[in-house]
Amino acid sequence: MQWLGLWHYWAVIILMMIGLYIVIARDNLVKKVMGLSIFQVSVIMFYVSTGKVEGGTAPIIPEGGHDLVYSNPLPHVLMLTAIVVGISTTALALALIVRIQEAYGTVEDDELNAIDGAAL
Amino acid sequence: MMEQLPALQVVLPLFSALLCLLIRNKTASRLFSVAVSWGCLAIALILLRTVQETGIISYHFGGWFPPLGIEYRIDLLNAYVLIIVAMISAVVLPFGVGHWGLSIPEGREYLFFCAFLLCISGLLGITITGDAFNVFVFLEITSLSSYALIAMGRNRRALRAAFTYLVMGTVGGTFILIGIGMMYLETGTLNMVDIANRLPLAYGSRTVLVAFAFLTVGVGIKLAVFPLHHWLPNAYSYAPATVSAFLAATATKVSYYVLVRVIFTLFGAAYIFETLRFHVLLIPLSLLAMFIGSTVAIYQTNIKRLLAYSSISQIGYMTLGLSFASINGLTGGLVHLFNHALMKGGLFLVLASVMHSIASNEIDDMRGLGRKMPFTMAAFVLGGLSLIGVPGTVGFISKWYLVVAALEKGWYPIAVLILLSSFLAVIYIWRVVEIFFFREPAAEKSIKEAPLSMLIPTWILIGGTLFFGLQTEWTAGVAGSVANFLLGGLP
Amino acid sequence: MDGWRSWFCGKLSSWGPPLTPDQLIALSILSPAVGALAIALIGRNNDAGYNPRDIVTVIATLITFGFVVKLAGPVVAGDRPELSLFEVLPGLAIAFKIEPLGMLFALVASGLWIPTSIYSFGYMRGHHERHQTRFFVCFAIAISAALGIAFARNLLTLFLFYELLTFSTYPLVTHAGSGKAVKAGRSYLGILIFTSVSFLLLAIVWTWQTTGTLEFRPGGIVSGHFESSRAILLLALFVFGTGKAALMPFHRWLPAAMVAPTPVSALLHAVAVVKAGVFTVLKIIVYVFGIEFLTDGNYALWLCYVAGFTLIAASLVALTKDNLKARLAYSTISQLSYIVLGAALATKTSIVGGGMHIVMHAAGKITLFFCAGAIMVASHKTEISDMKGIGRQMPFTMFAFFIASLSIIGLPPLGGAWSKWYLILGALDAQQFLMVGVLIVSSLLNIAYLLPIVVNAFFFPTTEVEIGGGIKEAPIACVASLLVTAFSCLILFLYPDFFLNLAQMIGEF
Repeated sequence: MQWLGLWHYWAVIILMMIGLYIVIARDNLVKKVMGLSIFQVSVIMFYVSTGKVEGGTAPIIPEGGHDLVYSNPLPHVLMLTAIVVGISTTALALALIVRIQEAYGTVEDDELNAIDGAAL
Repeated sequence: MMEQLPALQVVLPLFSALLCLLIRNKTASRLFSVAVSWGCLAIALILLRTVQETGIISYHFGGWFPPLGIEYRIDLLNAYVLIIVAMISAVVLPFGVGHWGLSIPEGREYLFFCAFLLCISGLLGITITGDAFNVFVFLEITSLSSYALIAMGRNRRALRAAFTYLVMGTVGGTFILIGIGMMYLETGTLNMVDIANRLPLAYGSRTVLVAFAFLTVGVGIKLAVFPLHHWLPNAYSYAPATVSAFLAATATKVSYYVLVRVIFTLFGAAYIFETLRFHVLLIPLSLLAMFIGSTVAIYQTNIKRLLAYSSISQIGYMTLGLSFASINGLTGGLVHLFNHALMKGGLFLVLASVMHSIASNEIDDMRGLGRKMPFTMAAFVLGGLSLIGVPGTVGFISKWYLVVAALEKGWYPIAVLILLSSFLAVIYIWRVVEIFFFREPAAEKSIKEAPLSMLIPTWILIGGTLFFGLQTEWTAGVAGSVANFLLGGLP
Repeated sequence: MDGWRSWFCGKLSSWGPPLTPDQLIALSILSPAVGALAIALIGRNNDAGYNPRDIVTVIATLITFGFVVKLAGPVVAGDRPELSLFEVLPGLAIAFKIEPLGMLFALVASGLWIPTSIYSFGYMRGHHERHQTRFFVCFAIAISAALGIAFARNLLTLFLFYELLTFSTYPLVTHAGSGKAVKAGRSYLGILIFTSVSFLLLAIVWTWQTTGTLEFRPGGIVSGHFESSRAILLLALFVFGTGKAALMPFHRWLPAAMVAPTPVSALLHAVAVVKAGVFTVLKIIVYVFGIEFLTDGNYALWLCYVAGFTLIAASLVALTKDNLKARLAYSTISQLSYIVLGAALATKTSIVGGGMHIVMHAAGKITLFFCAGAIMVASHKTEISDMKGIGRQMPFTMFAFFIASLSIIGLPPLGGAWSKWYLILGALDAQQFLMVGVLIVSSLLNIAYLLPIVVNAFFFPTTEVEIGGGIKEAPIACVASLLVTAFSCLILFLYPDFFLNLAQMIGEF
């Protein structure tokens, strides 16, 4: 039963592996970037899922009552930053891909290797 | 003012980067960024002096007390690395004022300086912060700006090199993020000192082990530890000349700093080396880096690639020093941070001057340059001697500490291997020196000596390799104190 | 003996400006370097007549020798001048301290620099060599490095100047710039750096790490810290790490470096570079290991055999060489092993023999190389078989060659007799009768490969028709220098006391 209760970790692991696999196995640069995004999303999910406290509610102090169990807001905050980082990375990667397309005429890794004569 | 210096160290270049966006004029943005980098160097020097006199500086951002707030915590190790980064940026930015060798289209130079300043602020931020997640944030700032800087190279391969670096670097950064997350799971805090206090309670758990694994691999990718080094030769070869000089001398040093922090401050040397026996993994990898890096360097035809593989080999020395986990070993690794920054920074600046003169990085095109560009080539020979480890240069000092550390532990084969790999450096350096001095230059070109604006920064760094090879108190002395402090009770 | 000694010391200390010993040390090492700077600034060679650069060179040689001689007085009287510069590593400083062996080497190196410079003027002009400024600059730096080695107080200082010597002589070896010269340079640098980094540096760090000091002390610093196999290993690392001593199998650089101009071969490979090597070996044996330590544990016996083997093998190879410089190169390798043998026998007398041989061999070999260069300049001949009857054209040169050959062979009335004598005595002292045999056999081999050259030159008719016979000597600068050095071989036989005293003081601090 313990294993099924950790379903969020399984989701994280599966997404992480899918993301890494795409980065390694796919030749198209845009797909690599997508894989990277999936990989980063898995980490975001990992953090956010650790913020949930058993029986906890949203971390907002209501009028009057203070004796509540709150979920941890800190991982969410950290992940806001991580999301921004992810977006910047994706944007930069896509900009590079546009430039590569202009310079080489293709965004497939095997074709690029053939043009360059080497794996870069 | 003085109390705000830790914050200013990062804030100054950060906001100047934004200001650079507004300054459209290329000379003005250049001079502005030079001034900012000198300001950063001044701040770093003041901080080092303060730490040496009064001890650890703790700066609370926004007045929030750690461990709740973000803390900038400067001890001797940070201050030492801050100096390295600030010094290199202060020397590289004024390089070649008035001469341009970049691939940036006219009218966009201010963007280059904006990215450069962002990179500097990221590096300084990683070094100075005392909060684990802050490290990740600044790491990403550094990485993103360095991807952009590398992509500005002339050759279109720079774009692919930057892309590969981006993919690998992001994987690395994300691994670090996972590691930080797992440490947070086990300790409930992100402040480094706090983590160091609480982590021992969780030593037995698998989460801590996995956290260490992710952190090490992530930092290893950024540090280009063999076999995670694939991005480095391409990135250094195709980046613009001054960017190569800057990144070669700083980016890997700061990553090394992060590794030292993780091992010695967060987890503690006892756990890492006695319980986990981490050195069993790190020592063979370092030795492989040392030999394979030097061997591959021997066969290169592109001189920047040669120096890049040489860097991989030198990083092997640094990690070897770390894995000894003794005072002499760690001193050797730390002093090699400084020494390698000087050597490689200087050598890459020489290459930048050469690129300016002959517009090529192929060794074959550099025949006979020794006669046309004597001062520049003399700088190369001196830097090369330092890489070999000739006494009187900084390279010797690092090798000395490493060999002493190896002999102390009774690991005689490793001492022999360290010395043999220095001999490999003789081969690849001397191959190039022979071509510079003993071949006839290509007749039709008129090649002139590099201008003063290029010679002076180059010779500041190369002269430093001589000066600090004899006067070692500021480098090895400080490194020794740092090693003492980090290792605490360990012999 | 004592009255003579005190007269000499009195004379030495009174002339010249009053300078303290530590200042003298600094000045001796700095003057060649300053000279190098001055030469570099003046620059430009000038084929006709004598130019300012040559005058500066001669002044630098004289000044340097003057400072070194001034230091000799206090050293002979028993003083040990010292000078300490800054600390490079905690507990290790660049420091100098003169003891008799160092004084001996310094006198030899700085003294012979004078005739070599004068010889070089003649040779470089006569041979129309290029890059003369670079030549003289590197020469001066090399002398500076040699003096640094001579005066070094600890192994670190010695190692620093040792490597400086390697790198400053590299441009001299590759002077010609031809493919052959570059190859020779590669072999030179490769072997020397390989041995010094892989063996010598390892030995130095090991010594430092085990004993906690690198200072040269009488009685050595390793006794009590090293024993049996570790001591032998350390000795092996030190000796093979000193590639400049040309012990087999690390001797190949010496014949390879013969491609350099003859003045380079003469001073550096007959006097300064190789002498720095054997000096280092002697110094390490006496002041790092200590004679008693070595004889007690019998740690150096293997070295006697290695040196003995090199001795004989190199002489045999010399017999097969027709190229004069190659023959002399192998002769040097053989003669160097004499000194290493003297060190390895580790008795007082053999050390004296080794020290004396540094002086005697230097004077003799430099003359031989000068002659070889003179022959090349005057008649463009390099092979011995071409040199039949050359004594008619170059009587002074060949006469000097004859004198120097006798000294190398070890016959009285030339200086070499003294050093051979003490070496044989030392071997007897150490009860190494095989080595006595080796020494005697090698003297016979020396006769076999040196005297035929002289005989060829004087007693055979020339093989080709010379247009308008008569004397066709080398430039006067060359001939004068080689006659002076040949004459010094004779003087050293008649008045060996000065160097003998110095050599006998080795080991007492």
